[in-house]
Amino acid sequence: MAQSLDRLKESPSQTAGPYVHIGLTPNFCGIGGVYESDLGSCMVNGETRGERIELRIRVFDGAGAPLKDALIEIWQADASGFYNSPAELRGAADPNFLGWGRQPTDMETGACLFQTIKPGRVPFRDGRLMAPHITLWIVARGINIGLHTRLYFSDEEKANGEDPILARIEHRLRVPTLIAERQGDTYVFDVHLQGDKETVFFDS
Amino acid sequence: MPEPGSNRAPETGAFFQRDRLWHPTALTPAYKSSVLRSPQKALLSFDNTLSELTGPVFGHAMLGELDNDLIHNFATPGESAIGERIIVHGRVLDERGKGVPGVLLEFWQANAGGRYRHKKDGYLAPLDPNFGGCGRTITGDDGGYAFRTVRPGPYPWPNGPNDWRPAHIHFSVFGKGFAQRLITQMYFEGDPLIWRCPIVGGISDKAAIEALIATLDMQSTIPMDALAYKFDIVLRGRRSTLFENRPEGN
Ligand SMILES: [Fe+3]
Repeated sequence: MAQSLDRLKESPSQTAGPYVHIGLTPNFCGIGGVYESDLGSCMVNGETRGERIELRIRVFDGAGAPLKDALIEIWQADASGFYNSPAELRGAADPNFLGWGRQPTDMETGACLFQTIKPGRVPFRDGRLMAPHITLWIVARGINIGLHTRLYFSDEEKANGEDPILARIEHRLRVPTLIAERQGDTYVFDVHLQGDKETVFFDS
Repeated sequence: MPEPGSNRAPETGAFFQRDRLWHPTALTPAYKSSVLRSPQKALLSFDNTLSELTGPVFGHAMLGELDNDLIHNFATPGESAIGERIIVHGRVLDERGKGVPGVLLEFWQANAGGRYRHKKDGYLAPLDPNFGGCGRTITGDDGGYAFRTVRPGPYPWPNGPNDWRPAHIHFSVFGKGFAQRLITQMYFEGDPLIWRCPIVGGISDKAAIEALIATLDMQSTIPMDALAYKFDIVLRGRRSTLFENRPEGN
């Protein structure tokens, strides 16, 4: 027998379940006084640089109903295309923008709103610029392992056309599942877990 | 930006690929909620870009004094939550076995009777006025963490006609890159309900299930006060960047 590679295995994922709010947005579900505010509920302040935008995201199940118990996190670059992260070695990101947000879907409507800024372009591995995008991570009851995808912007047609990740999508009809539609200052993004309009999810 | 609390250069290599056969698959029909909520098409695979390699990092300054004490963080001053007092501790490691410092862990659970403080939970077991059910902490230099709570009760749930969740604590974990983001559950050694649970059963490898079962750790108990359980969490590791081909500006 050959030598062991001696690697550990990643802890297996388990669903966030129906009560994910208790842990991640306790104030939202009526558990007050433990944390001052829900982490990630506010992404921008008066000093944050960049164009203010709103994201309106819904997640639909295979029967076409919006999930009312999901939780979405987003991760994005600042207006100049820098991530506020120790692994960002190209330069310093806007100190007034962490670039991470967390929101539950509304228990009545299923809509989830983020007030943020439009991200700048970030280089792909080979140095080409990717189109502006926001990474999404979705968990909920019934989702066994968190779903990763990206939100791109409908008014960035040229950049989207040269984006190396969008270019990898073999079925071109599925590319629009990653593009949020601009309506005023709001980008509307519907995620579909199943069916003809199933969103492209990532394994990266 | 250096790693908070250290002068070590941050690691920037791509993450090892996720073993999707080790994790539960998206569709696990015995867990009925997965049927309409599981993607059916192939995932798009690509090597991590900066968008996955980077991630938010949280500092200890955000933590309140009682954030890692679920026995007291919702209780009326002078009172405490009802139940079997336990300490849960362990380390967050990466797949190469290295402790990961500065990891934000958030946890939530039912009370000792198996009831969640949530308007959607209709289980007959009573709420404990002194128990909220959430807590958080950040791992230390060696990846270690600890918190105090009461052992949660098992609870019935609407799935099959008579399904009960084993006692468990939900964990949310941030690594250093957003692609490491993970939610899982910790179970308790010796609980016979583990092996009957349709959610646990979504994991096909017995060794993977065992990786989620905390061990009773008598050496870490506090006599006349609290039992202790040890639970290690493993995050995706990074490839070495030694021989990586990195064009300028990346
Ligand atoms: Fe639970």
